[in-house]
Amino acid sequence: MTALLSVRDARVHFPLTRGVLRREIGRVRALDGVTLDVAAGETLGIVGESGCGKSTLARCVTALQPVTAGRVLFEGTDVAALSRTGRKAFRRDVQIVFQDPYGSLNPRRRVGSIIADPLAVHRVASGEALRRRVRDLMDLVGLDPSHADRFPAEFSGGQRQRVAIARAIALRPRLLVCDEPVSALDASVQAQILNLLRDLRDELGLTIVFIAHDLPAVRYVSDRVAVMYLGRVVELAAAEDLHARPRHPYTAALLAAAAATDPAETGPIATGGGLPLLQGEPPSPAAPPPGCGFHPRCPRATPLCRREPPPLISRPGAPAHLAACHHVPEHAALPAGPEAGS
Amino acid sequence: MSVLRLAVHRLLYGVAVLWLVSTLVFAFLHLSPVPAERVIGGPRATAGTLRLIRADLGLDDPVPVQYGRFLARLASGDLGDSHAGGEPVAALIAERLPTTLWLVLGAAVLWFAGGVALGVLGATRARGAADRVTTVLVLAGLSTPPFVLALVLLSVLGTGAALFEAGPPMQEHFLRRMTLPWLALAVLMVATYARLTRSAMLDVLGEDYVRTARAKGLSRRRVVYRHGLRAALTPVVTQFGVDLGALAGSTVVIEKVFGLQGVGQLVHHAITLGDTPVIMGVTLLTTLAVIVANLLVDVAYAALDPRVRPA
Amino acid sequence: MTGGGRGMTSGSAWARLRRDRAAAGAAATLLLIAVFALLAPLWARWTGHPCDAAFPATGLAADGTPRGPSREFWLGADPLGRDVLVRAAYGARISLAVGVLAALLAALAGTAAGTVAGYAGGALDALLARLMDTALALPHLLVAITIATTFQITSAAGSLALTVLVIAFFSFAALGRVVRGQVLVVKERPFIEAARATGAPAARIVVVDVLPNVAAQVAVLTSLLVPAAIVFEATLSFLGVGVRPPMPSWGAMLGEGGAAFRSAWWLLAVPGTLLLLTTLACNLLGDAVRDALGPERGR
Repeated sequence: MTALLSVRDARVHFPLTRGVLRREIGRVRALDGVTLDVAAGETLGIVGESGCGKSTLARCVTALQPVTAGRVLFEGTDVAALSRTGRKAFRRDVQIVFQDPYGSLNPRRRVGSIIADPLAVHRVASGEALRRRVRDLMDLVGLDPSHADRFPAEFSGGQRQRVAIARAIALRPRLLVCDEPVSALDASVQAQILNLLRDLRDELGLTIVFIAHDLPAVRYVSDRVAVMYLGRVVELAAAEDLHARPRHPYTAALLAAAAATDPAETGPIATGGGLPLLQGEPPSPAAPPPGCGFHPRCPRATPLCRREPPPLISRPGAPAHLAACHHVPEHAALPAGPEAGS
Repeated sequence: MSVLRLAVHRLLYGVAVLWLVSTLVFAFLHLSPVPAERVIGGPRATAGTLRLIRADLGLDDPVPVQYGRFLARLASGDLGDSHAGGEPVAALIAERLPTTLWLVLGAAVLWFAGGVALGVLGATRARGAADRVTTVLVLAGLSTPPFVLALVLLSVLGTGAALFEAGPPMQEHFLRRMTLPWLALAVLMVATYARLTRSAMLDVLGEDYVRTARAKGLSRRRVVYRHGLRAALTPVVTQFGVDLGALAGSTVVIEKVFGLQGVGQLVHHAITLGDTPVIMGVTLLTTLAVIVANLLVDVAYAALDPRVRPA
Repeated sequence: MTGGGRGMTSGSAWARLRRDRAAAGAAATLLLIAVFALLAPLWARWTGHPCDAAFPATGLAADGTPRGPSREFWLGADPLGRDVLVRAAYGARISLAVGVLAALLAALAGTAAGTVAGYAGGALDALLARLMDTALALPHLLVAITIATTFQITSAAGSLALTVLVIAFFSFAALGRVVRGQVLVVKERPFIEAARATGAPAARIVVVDVLPNVAAQVAVLTSLLVPAAIVFEATLSFLGVGVRPPMPSWGAMLGEGGAAFRSAWWLLAVPGTLLLLTTLACNLLGDAVRDALGPERGR
């Protein structure tokens, strides 16, 4: 299984400056060493609270934001080092659907023209062929092709997100990044959009990075799930495995929160059982706590957690299940982690 | 420290603008299709005379040499000599300056006082009669060129009343001579300043500390004047700095209409004679005045209002 | 302003504008003045007085002062014995053409400078922003006089072109600054990032996604530049550095009236009234358009 997308120890640090000399007084660690792979054809979910760096990751993966350290590799090529033509090809192959279906569509343009944009930019089609492609795309995402001449303001939030999805799949991208595509939508509409994404993935064979802040939605569409906290991945496992046997207390707390808000969600929360729901806010990425970033909110925190950041590692018997916690039982019995984070 | 840095920053910028304008002026002098020696010598000058004048002005030297000499002269306050009469431009301007300064000063006092008074009235009685009058006046002010108002004032008020006749000597009939020009310059600006004062006052009066002052039991009048007016004056003063340049232009027109022998008239005569050094000297001096005024306003603004510290 | 089909929002803005009675009056006034200007040759034919022709025999009284409105000279004669009505109509063409051309040129240059500065950012932005600040800080009229006097252009077309260019140069900065600010706001909106993600080049994003979102403001500002440009032209021509005589413009007519105003009120009243009506109507209309677009501006 070769990775279509590889992220290697990616960091995005914004300096905080003050005064006339622009003295650096601190850094916002939006992304603080993320490593993960996405295989062709799989859907990787990324979940975490707002401010955990998941949107920054989406922007780095789509080369809308450069990493300040580490690398993002698409098909083995560093996206920061792409040639002009390489970048153009990259833009064709990697598309993104944004969170806000109201802001991400130009209110002054007709939806037909918005959907046609990538096709026109990359000179894939023009004239009647272009119009036909747009109609097909609208049909594919469940929009009435006769509405191509309408403006975004004439559509509902769900319909607008369908427009955004149509734009994103117009070039048949090999990687589709969905940055919280359903967070701004009503619950009933969320399910429709999630179903649409699943159908499109199966129909077009898309590789998807699906980002959301609610675990059930991520689990519904993803093969594997990465849980992010404070700019780092704290747990990474197959969706069902993560759900059934969460290793990290943060994942367990997220699952408990989902179970509490959704009565239909009654998955076993065995390992994390008895954990209280998450209290308080995550710390600011401008002032992350020493050691494990989660320790101020963790019921199991020990002096070790306050001192040493735990590496993201697997345990014997489950090589595909990674967690960054000092207190995963099996791991705790082992000597200090052999490899840190990569 | 920040205010000082702002002042230095603006000063450097001002020097740069001044240098830019003077370089443009130098370029104009050279690009002018009518050669300077022709203006000085007159239409009947012989080729030999013209050559002598050229040599005298140093026009045969290489351009960089002339440019350097030009800048050096400017730096020492020498604006060159008039092509028409041969007098130093600086002396010509100095002679006319008092009249123009009086004109500007009187008009500024009128419009500043009138504008602020009307603005305060508008802010304290929003949507009242004074408020509506200013709305109409603002539109009229934007639409009326000062010279049209001046012409109207002169022909309506000036015809019958010898009081306003253009002509009596300045020293004896100062007020007579200046009243109409002041009005012509000021009336249209009053509206703009009234509007500005009004909106600034309304903003300030809505702020917390003013409401606190009211809650502490200070009288409405006291709050309006002690807190509201003082804070509202800063944007008005800023606008004043911006308008100085426009004002300098207006004096040319007003002085022409009312026959005042000020710097504006000097410019107007220079236009008819094609006397470029005079026009350029006035332009440079006005630019300098505008820059200095804006510098003072900016620095005063930053010093008064700690919220505004442009980088 | 930018075509009929702009969806529901522009429909309601148009409806709001049509309900505005002041705007309707202003539009009607401008239309009348434009028709008056267009029909200038007709006035010349009817009165039998070509624009630049002087008729001292019929137009001037025995003492050489101009005659007032009569059946021969409907709006009086000027001190040279020329027909004020005919000259006012031809002058309207000049004043309107210079005003509109200068405003359009300024809008073009200002939009270009503001957009490039706002979208590109960095050193280019700093340079353009400083240039616009400087253009705003100069004493406009004096610099315009300097330029006009230096390049003593005698041809009619040349003086017109120079006047238009000078006015446009001093008007573009104000518009450019506003456009730059708007572009900075629009640039941060998510659909711009969405366009970047499709791989669209910056030029295409500016044209397709940025400009349509600042077009409304540009339209309003341009319509407010027109009266300012008309006033500027009138002032320059009044001082004798605008259009060259005998070409008529309202400002030139006011300048030529000179000392004759005292006895010949029509020399001031005719061009003065036309000038005021035009600038007032333009300002009213510009304000009305801004108000009509108002609720949309916050978006």
